Amino acid sequence: MSTYAIKRLLSIIPTLFLVATLVFILVRIVPGGPFDQERAVPVEVQRQLDAKYHLNDPVLKQYGDWLLALVTKGDLGPTFKYPNRTVNEIIALSLPVSMQLGFWAMLFALAMGIPLGIVGAIRQNTWKDTAAMAVAMVGLSVPRYVLAPLLMLVFSLKLYWFPVARWETWRHMVLPIICSGLPVAAYIARLTRGGMLEVIRSDFIRTARAKGLSERKVVLKHALRGGLLPVVSFLGPGFSGLLVGSLVVEKIFNIPGMGRYFVEAATNRDYNLVMGVMLVYGFLLMLFNAIVDVAYAFIDPRVELR
Amino acid sequence: MPAAPPPHAAAPGDLPAVPGGAAPRPAAPLRLDALEQGSSLGRDAWRRLRKNRAAVACGVVLVAMILACILVPELSSYQYDKADLKLGAQPPSLAHWMGTDYFGRDLMARVFFGGRISFAVGIVATLVSFVIGVSWGGVAGYFGGKVDAIMMRIVDVLYTFPFLILVILLMVFFANDQTALYRAWQVALGLFVQDPSDPSYFPIFQIVVVFAALGGISWLTMARIVRGQVIALRSQPFIESARSIGVGHAALIFRHLVPNALGPIIVYTTLTIPEVMMTEAFLSFLGLGTQEPLSSWGLLASTGADAMDLFPWQLIFPALMLALTLICFNFLGDGLRDALDPRIRKD
Repeated sequence: MSTYAIKRLLSIIPTLFLVATLVFILVRIVPGGPFDQERAVPVEVQRQLDAKYHLNDPVLKQYGDWLLALVTKGDLGPTFKYPNRTVNEIIALSLPVSMQLGFWAMLFALAMGIPLGIVGAIRQNTWKDTAAMAVAMVGLSVPRYVLAPLLMLVFSLKLYWFPVARWETWRHMVLPIICSGLPVAAYIARLTRGGMLEVIRSDFIRTARAKGLSERKVVLKHALRGGLLPVVSFLGPGFSGLLVGSLVVEKIFNIPGMGRYFVEAATNRDYNLVMGVMLVYGFLLMLFNAIVDVAYAFIDPRVELR
Repeated sequence: MPAAPPPHAAAPGDLPAVPGGAAPRPAAPLRLDALEQGSSLGRDAWRRLRKNRAAVACGVVLVAMILACILVPELSSYQYDKADLKLGAQPPSLAHWMGTDYFGRDLMARVFFGGRISFAVGIVATLVSFVIGVSWGGVAGYFGGKVDAIMMRIVDVLYTFPFLILVILLMVFFANDQTALYRAWQVALGLFVQDPSDPSYFPIFQIVVVFAALGGISWLTMARIVRGQVIALRSQPFIESARSIGVGHAALIFRHLVPNALGPIIVYTTLTIPEVMMTEAFLSFLGLGTQEPLSSWGLLASTGADAMDLFPWQLIFPALMLALTLICFNFLGDGLRDALDPRIRKD
């Protein structure tokens, strides 16, 4: 068991290395450097800037230096566009905000999706089932960048319940969390319903009912555990969906998270910042997928570990 | 190997959907009959699908939507890119049913023209993923052993890749007019048009990059599904007999195995189209997909969202079209799954 967990976690490293190398190559072969602007910089200034950031070194040396600093000191280098800030500082400031958004959005998605799915399954083919699944279908089909403006229009600009932007009090967080979490909640509801339907017909549930357990206990204690397996395996993709979705949500609600820096840095050719943010994203995604895989093996006794 | 299969992946042990294979009857001639007709599964599925009113309604809406996207820009008296700055942004009226945008362009013409691009991206990218995924999964499942292990290991590794983020990077970097990719595109374009360096072709180049990028990342699940089906089918007697009369590998895979796995393939294809359309809209929203003066639903929703408190119709109409189309595709996909895979249909 623990060897599997360790192996699975270690398997992140080569993939992460591959991502780092790929991104490094990508940013270097792209035309346009970080200091190209509409007005040409004087040659002298350009040379000094290049020297300061070691952009004149051979590409292989740049790559080696960058990798060495990363592995030995965890140093992602200076940014080009935010003078006197390092990539580490920017990530340290913005990552917690993104994580906060992701955490609450996932919690919201689970808290909304699982009950909806259970209702759909135990009241199968009634109006409650139809209603729950219709809500899920809409949640699945309305993209976040459509949902966000609509939520803002209704709850901020008409009802004045929540502010439209920024990330300070809980009032600021409500709309972004709903907007981030709703598509995930919809997916979880459908998975829960499917999983529960399958489990509810199995023999051990019939046994539980036959020995006179209350319906509540049968559903919540016995059926739910098996019924939630598909949800567990979806948590990995779900989490990555949240991360990518946060690019849009952070942009719309003007939240100072990491997603905002990503597109901006890529457009600005801010090499180090792009690579840093990309690595953090990649690492989080892979880490979460690995954790989910291991957790899945713990929960489902049928999963064989190799 | 990750222990947890993704939600869509078919387990290798899944039963194949063989025509006539569902009901093993003792009377041999009867079974042969059913096999000869060959469409019993298809006819069954069609009957089940027609009973699912939501799926049928969604299919009708989709056909209507596609027809509207083809016809409206042709029949409309306004052109999608014809600006009328004196007019400016107007709310919906009899002259402009969906209103106009900031530059006085007719929104209805733009919405349905954008629909063409959204549909085209969805369908072409899905075709790309279909071709790659079916070939990859078919070959891996058919040959098995080491080939299978290596090919599926590659799929596993690619699964853990943060692809959408890479696509965003690709779009930022490569969809501009200075790259080798663009020069290659110009050479290719030169075969069809006289002046490939005309900048008005540039937005089309960007859309082609979106096609390729989205198709290239969405074939993984398809490969897994096809592989599972092929593994379940390949030791069936009809494959044995085909092999015994000297049918080659390629023909075995693509003429005998893949057509028998069409059920799950069709279902998954139907569900990939809305996913890709959504991703295109997402890229356009970030300013990385379709570019002005062309339009797509994502791009229109993005510009509409910027001014929604003043001109809400600019957000509402494209968003409505996009959401309606996605809902219909998803409902239709669900209906198809219920119809084509009787084992997991609702009671």
